[in-house]
Amino acid sequence: MSLFFMKHKQLEAQIDEYYDVLIQGGLLFKQGIRFYLQGRLDEFETRLQELCAMEEKCDDLRRHIETSLYSHTLIPESRGDVLGLLESSDKVLNRIAETLMQISVEIPDIPDDLDPLYSDLAEYAIATVDGMVKAIRAYFRDLAMVRDNVNKVLFYRKETNKTAEKYKRAVFRRELRLSHKIHLRYFAYHVELIAEEAEDVCDRLSIATIKRYV
Amino acid sequence: MIWFFLLSGLFLGWSLGANDAANVFGTAVGSRMVRFKTAACIASLFVILGAVFGGHGTTKTLTALGAVNAMAGSFTVALMAGVTVAFMTRTNLPVSTTQAIVGAIVGWNFFTHSSTDYNILGKIVATWVMSPLISALFAMALYLLFKKYLDKAPIHMLQRDAYTRAGLIVVGALGSYGLGANNIANVMGVFVSASPFSNIDLFGITTFHGTQQLFLLGALAIAVGIFTYSYRMMDTLGNVIFKLTPVLALIVVLAHSMVLLIFASKGLKVFMQSLHLPTLPLVPVSSSQAIIGAILGVGIIKGGRGVNYKLLGKIALGWILTPVVAAACTFVALFFVQNVFEQPVILKTTVPAEQRQEVNAENGNSPTATLPAEINQALGVKEMWSPIFHQPWDSSVYSPISRPAVFPKTESITDNRQIHHHPLKKREE
Repeated sequence: MSLFFMKHKQLEAQIDEYYDVLIQGGLLFKQGIRFYLQGRLDEFETRLQELCAMEEKCDDLRRHIETSLYSHTLIPESRGDVLGLLESSDKVLNRIAETLMQISVEIPDIPDDLDPLYSDLAEYAIATVDGMVKAIRAYFRDLAMVRDNVNKVLFYRKETNKTAEKYKRAVFRRELRLSHKIHLRYFAYHVELIAEEAEDVCDRLSIATIKRYV
Repeated sequence: MIWFFLLSGLFLGWSLGANDAANVFGTAVGSRMVRFKTAACIASLFVILGAVFGGHGTTKTLTALGAVNAMAGSFTVALMAGVTVAFMTRTNLPVSTTQAIVGAIVGWNFFTHSSTDYNILGKIVATWVMSPLISALFAMALYLLFKKYLDKAPIHMLQRDAYTRAGLIVVGALGSYGLGANNIANVMGVFVSASPFSNIDLFGITTFHGTQQLFLLGALAIAVGIFTYSYRMMDTLGNVIFKLTPVLALIVVLAHSMVLLIFASKGLKVFMQSLHLPTLPLVPVSSSQAIIGAILGVGIIKGGRGVNYKLLGKIALGWILTPVVAAACTFVALFFVQNVFEQPVILKTTVPAEQRQEVNAENGNSPTATLPAEINQALGVKEMWSPIFHQPWDSSVYSPISRPAVFPKTESITDNRQIHHHPLKKREE
């Protein structure tokens, strides 16, 4: 009997691991932003490298999970939804890594007084990702909790937008070159996209959850 | 010749396997939760077990409706039921083997002027209404139970998938056992009165009865039907009337299996009787009707949206047509078998009324009770009775099947069909 459940348990562990990596990616992003704002560029670069490695690991895990789901014909009624969730979650991690990579490449000159605002922006964006992961875990285990976590994601998504707007207003109301202002706006926009991707995943999740009720 | 006659029963068994196994495992295989080979192996094994160890109860009801006592008659009845099933299957409707065989037996009764026990027929027809209704009610109750538990239970989706798979296999096995126990009467019931098998003593431990051997043969034909032709039905069933998820499939198959078992379980009947509760008749119910009732029950309790009512109407029409078509085909076919191929389709013996009354009085039976063949032979009555032409049959063309000389004094014999229970009882004893 344990053999019968073995492949299910293995896959369950892999899905959990996949979302663990996603959570760690969010934490690395927050650390990376903090180090960048503090000017600790070496540590920032280390976090970026770790994040890139995690992204690759996440891709491998996702492919393995997808293959297992199809080859063992597991959860046939929810397989499409689960694969969709895995792929869209992967896009969130890609966006996180890409944003940090762009900072590393373009080295934006963020005025010191805007550091706390930008840090808050990153904090809220990653809070949406955390909420998204919790909602997805609930989708697998406890459907009643999905709604609560999706609501949290929506809240943090709005907070991210508000903070990004505040940051952009602050940028465009100071004496800087237009190119500099646009450059700074671009980085707020990228962080916003992380929250947006997480929100899209939750929208998909809400529909999948309705389908999962008996 | 006997083996040739049995071929029609085997054909009917094959069509039952091809069609009705899909009712048990169709949703599981169609939703890719269980592989076809796994489903076919489990279904075959449990159909055989159900038929051999639990097939007696429903058979008695069917033989009480009409004891087809001549091999050629049994052959024709089973063949026409099989042809009806095959014909209705061509119209892509979930056909009921039970209805086909009951219709065919009634057709035989009409042709041979045998009396139809309308009490038994009423019971059987009532189950055609009751079984889908009970199945729908079971499915609704199970749905509410599953919903209450599963929607709140913190089980991982993959674990739930594993449990559902295990459940589908277990319930499928249960359903297959029920199918074998309940529906073997459809396949081999008409041959019981003329069974060519005798009891086999298994090392003094137990006896493998002739009827069980007959049922084993029928069950093997069902198994062949499952392996050779049920895949297409399994692959398509479950998504036509109402799209089922694996959990809903589990509920539906469980409700269906419960219905098959309650209409086949002698133990349950005895238990209900001991509690002075009303009992359900041991009647071969249609697994197609049970599964459709269950699917409809789940569809209705989920709001009724997505139920294909047009198709349901077609299926209901099929349920009305099947017994009628089977009865008509059997009637016509019996005419040809008897008059073109010169095969007796009924075996009857007659003695003068006064003599019969005298013998019956000696044995403590009703004065109008028909005498068993042995007594008839002892009284010098050997002719076979031709029902259409109401004249003695030419016995030279027919070799009657040997019957043990037994005539129970305590049991009332009211008509010719009950006579043919005694040889079986004797063999089983």
